[in-house]
Amino acid sequence: MTHAAAAQAPEAPVLAAHRLGFGYGARTVGRDVDLHVRAGEVVCLLGPNGSGKTTLFKTMLGLLPAQAGEVRLAGTPMRSLQRADIARRVAYVPQAQAAHFPFRVLDMVVMGRTAHLGLFAAPTREDRRKALAALETLGIGALADTEYTRISGGQRQLVLVARALAQDAPAIVMDEPTASLDFGNQVVVLSEVRRLAAQGLAVLLSTHDPDHAFSIAARVALLDGGRLVAQGAPADVLTAERLRAVYGVSVVIERLPQGQTVCAPEYGKR
Amino acid sequence: MVGGLTLLLALLLLAATLVGAYPISLADLAAALGRRLTGAPPQGQVDTVLFDIRLPRMAAAVLVGAALATAGAAYQTLFRNPLVSPDILGVSTGAGLGAVLGIFLSLPVALIQLSAFAAGLATVGLVYAIASLVRGREPILVLVLAGIVVGALAGAAISLLKIMADPYDQLPAIVFWLLGSLSSVRKGEIWAAAPLVLLGLVPLIALRWRINVLSLGDEEAKALGVEAGRLRIVVIAAATLMTAAVVAVSGVIGWVGLVIPHIARMAVGPSFDRLLPTAMLLGGSYLLLVDTLARTMARIEVPIGILTAIIGAPFFLWLLAKGREGWS
Repeated sequence: MTHAAAAQAPEAPVLAAHRLGFGYGARTVGRDVDLHVRAGEVVCLLGPNGSGKTTLFKTMLGLLPAQAGEVRLAGTPMRSLQRADIARRVAYVPQAQAAHFPFRVLDMVVMGRTAHLGLFAAPTREDRRKALAALETLGIGALADTEYTRISGGQRQLVLVARALAQDAPAIVMDEPTASLDFGNQVVVLSEVRRLAAQGLAVLLSTHDPDHAFSIAARVALLDGGRLVAQGAPADVLTAERLRAVYGVSVVIERLPQGQTVCAPEYGKR
Repeated sequence: MVGGLTLLLALLLLAATLVGAYPISLADLAAALGRRLTGAPPQGQVDTVLFDIRLPRMAAAVLVGAALATAGAAYQTLFRNPLVSPDILGVSTGAGLGAVLGIFLSLPVALIQLSAFAAGLATVGLVYAIASLVRGREPILVLVLAGIVVGALAGAAISLLKIMADPYDQLPAIVFWLLGSLSSVRKGEIWAAAPLVLLGLVPLIALRWRINVLSLGDEEAKALGVEAGRLRIVVIAAATLMTAAVVAVSGVIGWVGLVIPHIARMAVGPSFDRLLPTAMLLGGSYLLLVDTLARTMARIEVPIGILTAIIGAPFFLWLLAKGREGWS
């Protein structure tokens, strides 16, 4: 190996799936998925309803056992790690749902510190400071004392992102972080995601909107029927032909003079 | 909050010491305590009433109330549901069956209590075992449904034993036990129940933060680094142990484990690390107050389970009508 090649040889990705098979119990949802995220990168996972995005994510987070292949965190097989070890290496942002109990926003975010605490310990002042810092990073420090049940859906999603930041993991997996958000909040959340990746986080997120992938993703993976049908730069993966093949609708993909790429469906045409 | 509640409990303890069928004045109390502390021989009725009857009963009230409220708070957090009571997995119904069986078989009191305690634990063990056999469903839901089913079976068995019991001797004892009472609690029983309550309390306190995280649901808790399945077993075992230990002594006293954690949550929020001490102190104070009323209000003593229901039910309705504070 030449010196130049050694310098280029990339480190093991922060989060990677190798020939991963996934599903619930005996039922297989998907197989043979190779997917990885490196530090500083946003990878978008697209796929129709029922294509297995959430199941794939849960398996990559260790919430479901892998049916085949394996998940590696910075090269270490997930199988060999304890629950808290995994949580220190990859954080999860679930879809914001109505909470059962009216936790204060700061309490909710401090829960992100759990993996860094001893078994019998409660968060310290330092943990609370880190939680508040995470809220302030996202510009919602003012919500700290508000009840989580009394804030808007967009704010809840940001609070869950803050909790993942407080978790201090090098990778974050987000399951459709924009699914229940209004137009403005979608832009707010995705802008934050892009900024966090620019600071060195590895982000893997799923979305239904090709425009989101065009605007923030370094790479896009397209999941259909539990298998990755394409993976690469957004412009290479998200072509009109492939979107028609996967989603069954006609689209026009256009690069705007201002620099953005947009995907516009042709309604009524198949 | 904790300081204020401790003060409240202390004041209630003082008041409860003084009132009763045999009133004790502050001077008498001081003299009796002085005799006890200096080891002087006891004098007259005051010492007997105070040390053999009143104080053990007060200790039982505080112990039972604190244990039921703490177990209720733990179950409500675990099941992510503010309407859950310590009986959700059938511990009290199971203990009731154990006690009724003991009375039916004319066992001595100590064995009746042991039977109640063991049956309470066994019922929850059975519920947990059944729920573990059902895989691939939301574990919390399966647990609750299994609890309802097993609880209903135990209830049917209690009814059967009531019909078969001797109507003049055993049936009143069964009814009285199922209504709950602190009037016949002996010192020895408190010394037997207290360590068991403590044994359940210690893991709940030690794991308070993780229990909090578990209230987000299994998946989120796991993603945050909590071993959700194992933690749930510990919480269920701890809360069940506490409940079974006190129910064996006092009989079934309803509403405390449902209403008190609720009020505690309104006062300090849902975070379990703050909820636990608040519910515990509030539960102890509440049952001490109610039991003191039960033994002073009327010429004949009102069973405490009836009083907690009369106070608890309307209060709970008021909570419901008042709005959503305390739950989402």
